[in-house]
Amino acid sequence: MAAPKKSAAKETGQDKESAPSKPRIPDFSKEQELHALRDMLLIRRFEEKAGQLYGMGAIGGFCHLYIGQEAVVVGMQMALREGDQVITGYRDHGHMLACEMDAKGVMAELTGRRGGYSKGKGGSMHMFSMEKHFYGGHGIVGAQVSLGTGIAFANRYRGNGNVCLAYFGDGASNQGQVYESFNMAELWKLPVVYVIENNRYAMGTSVTRSSAQTDFSKRGVSFNIPGEQVDGMDVRAVKAAGDKAVAHCRAGNGPYILEMQTYRYRGHSMSDPAKYRTREEVDKIRNDQDPIEQVRQRLLGLGMTEDDLKKIDAEVRKIVNESADFAQNDPEPDPAELYTDVYR
Amino acid sequence: MPTQVLMPALSPTMEKGNLSKWLKKEGDKVKSGDVIAEIETDKATMEVEAADEGTLGKILIPEGTNDVAVNTPIATILGDGESASDADKASEPAAQNKSAQSAPPASAPEAAEAKPAPAKDAPEAPAVSVAADPEIPAGTEMVTVTIREALRDAMAEEMRRDPDVFVMGEEVAEYQGAYKVTQGLLQEFGASRVIDTPITEHGFAGVGVGAAMTGLKPIVEFMTFNFAMQAIDQIINSAAKTLYMSGGQLGCSIVFRGPNGAASRVAAQHSQDYSAWYSQIPGLKVVAPSTAADYKGLLKAAIRDPNPVIFLEHEMMYGQSGEVPKLDDYVVPIGKARVAREGKDVTLISWSHGMTYALKAAEELAKDGIDAEVIDLRTLRPLDTETIVASVKKTGRAVAVEEGWQQNGVGAELAARIMEHAFDYLDAPVKRVSGKDVPMPYAANLEKLALPSVAEVVEAAKAVCYR
Repeated sequence: MAAPKKSAAKETGQDKESAPSKPRIPDFSKEQELHALRDMLLIRRFEEKAGQLYGMGAIGGFCHLYIGQEAVVVGMQMALREGDQVITGYRDHGHMLACEMDAKGVMAELTGRRGGYSKGKGGSMHMFSMEKHFYGGHGIVGAQVSLGTGIAFANRYRGNGNVCLAYFGDGASNQGQVYESFNMAELWKLPVVYVIENNRYAMGTSVTRSSAQTDFSKRGVSFNIPGEQVDGMDVRAVKAAGDKAVAHCRAGNGPYILEMQTYRYRGHSMSDPAKYRTREEVDKIRNDQDPIEQVRQRLLGLGMTEDDLKKIDAEVRKIVNESADFAQNDPEPDPAELYTDVYR
Repeated sequence: MPTQVLMPALSPTMEKGNLSKWLKKEGDKVKSGDVIAEIETDKATMEVEAADEGTLGKILIPEGTNDVAVNTPIATILGDGESASDADKASEPAAQNKSAQSAPPASAPEAAEAKPAPAKDAPEAPAVSVAADPEIPAGTEMVTVTIREALRDAMAEEMRRDPDVFVMGEEVAEYQGAYKVTQGLLQEFGASRVIDTPITEHGFAGVGVGAAMTGLKPIVEFMTFNFAMQAIDQIINSAAKTLYMSGGQLGCSIVFRGPNGAASRVAAQHSQDYSAWYSQIPGLKVVAPSTAADYKGLLKAAIRDPNPVIFLEHEMMYGQSGEVPKLDDYVVPIGKARVAREGKDVTLISWSHGMTYALKAAEELAKDGIDAEVIDLRTLRPLDTETIVASVKKTGRAVAVEEGWQQNGVGAELAARIMEHAFDYLDAPVKRVSGKDVPMPYAANLEKLALPSVAEVVEAAKAVCYR
């Protein structure tokens, strides 16, 4: 993983050689560390359970796990205020949990049950919560970028001061509508943060095999959209960058691009044997940069004990297990639901 | 209680696999995410990761075992303070319970195939009920306006009524509309509600849908629906399907409007009729009127509709004039066909610009003593089957007139519905007059040949009347 660079340093072209000078990352308070740990653990344990349920056949279709990328959504969510919106693509379970959507409702949607967020009609890639300002969950790669730009358009139309986060991956970054959206967002100064989750692989195609410009923070240069690369494995760095980007948008300065340098530990979907990368590559990042382990170590440094942290893990596991129980016992949708919600 | 590791399904279709290799041995510490084994399917070799932390207690399926069914326990993982003897206890009866509880994924579809659910178990599609056209009080003044003006008036009235309504598209504001349909709107409503977009159909369609998801009511103008092919993913995948995919939470009140079909001498890429394309999609409503009054009343209804509406206009009709009732709020309900001409011998069915052929043909037929009834569908989805069937029951004969292509066209759908609902009343097979099965040519004579004609409609009507 490339060392995180400050946008100011991006023109120098010498940072590859020089010792990686990490930008100073503001410390978290103990409360912030605990919050981040709990939310990231919830996502990780939830995803592990979802993988397990998929293996048992309780979850069908496609299932894209977020394991490894937890710091991105948790850090960004810490930069938002009530009313700000979130929209993302198909790898969306982590975003929903970070938005405080109920784990039971998410898991029950994965199993296709009536208590799921979409009453069992959407599945893994299509969930929404108006209460939590989460606009999906979209299965067409890149579509959420135009939609999120539209949500930001509505914020400006109403003058409500809200900011929309539009998440997409390194793969979606090569879709045409992303640039159509960039153009309109800057032209109309829309309050949207484009969060590019660069996990290095678009399904099985590495960034270097798919992208002429692999510095995704520069993808807005021809539209004059500022961007920066962020260490997406460090939740503090994510939050600091998020604060800056959101403030930029809220002040009416138009969109902002954050390239989150992150990594997914699992395959693209459950049926991906992941032969396009080595096990060593995965293990190295998991051992050296794991976002949850970083927070755990800092909390231990702040005087918490392994037992304290195990207790948090146990609380999180309880939430996840309850969600799995609910999701397997909740009834399937009533057949009468077949024809509802086509029109309103 | 020790946890079991089950033979995982790695795709929705996997039923069994080979346990090719154990990467951990009994007694090894594992944490979630560690690869503990490799399994092989017909497609690939996959790694099995532990989902729990603990010690690998007992390997239940040795490596090299082929055809291990999905959900078979393959190992146990011991938590803190558990011993291998606990694992023994867990593996036998508990294993059976566990696999009994969770329905094996692979066998479920098989069972469904072996014993198909009786069709009557499926719920009935709901019937569509539509309000009648508004009463026009006696003595109401009728004003003659062009269709272009009727559309503009409809948008202006709705924008005055609801501040959430805005219009966006290429050249809608300062240029006053590529076809002058939005004339004067910028002056009245300002640049925040009449928005010129860059030439970026896919992008601005998505922006419109996103704005609509928050509750705004955009009118998205396409300079022509031919350009909306760039945007059709957002129209169908985002606008039409999201209400359903969200279990009714997230709807989208939006109108996509603009000229559709063949104009004049603009060749294949600017002449396509999308009536059949959009009217196939559940979640969309599709409107295609032919008179000035309907253009106005239906556009107002479309803007108020809480669903995405495709509003198909026709460039050849913008300049045509017609009478519109001078009422404060003239709204024509979506979903109701109109009997444009009453008759008893044959039913001619069309919509939008197709109505010009149908009505002229009816006049020609009258000269030959054939009394044609002409139905203007006005709405293509939901389709007003009732009005069509009632007419065919009366006349016993039907001709569908369509500017678009015949294969899988609206005319094909009309023929099917008439057969399903009025087969016993038919005195002749339904005939279709349509655009020819070619990309639209440029040369004047060829273009004329490619489109339907009054003569073809007359000929088809005579044929079904055996005349």
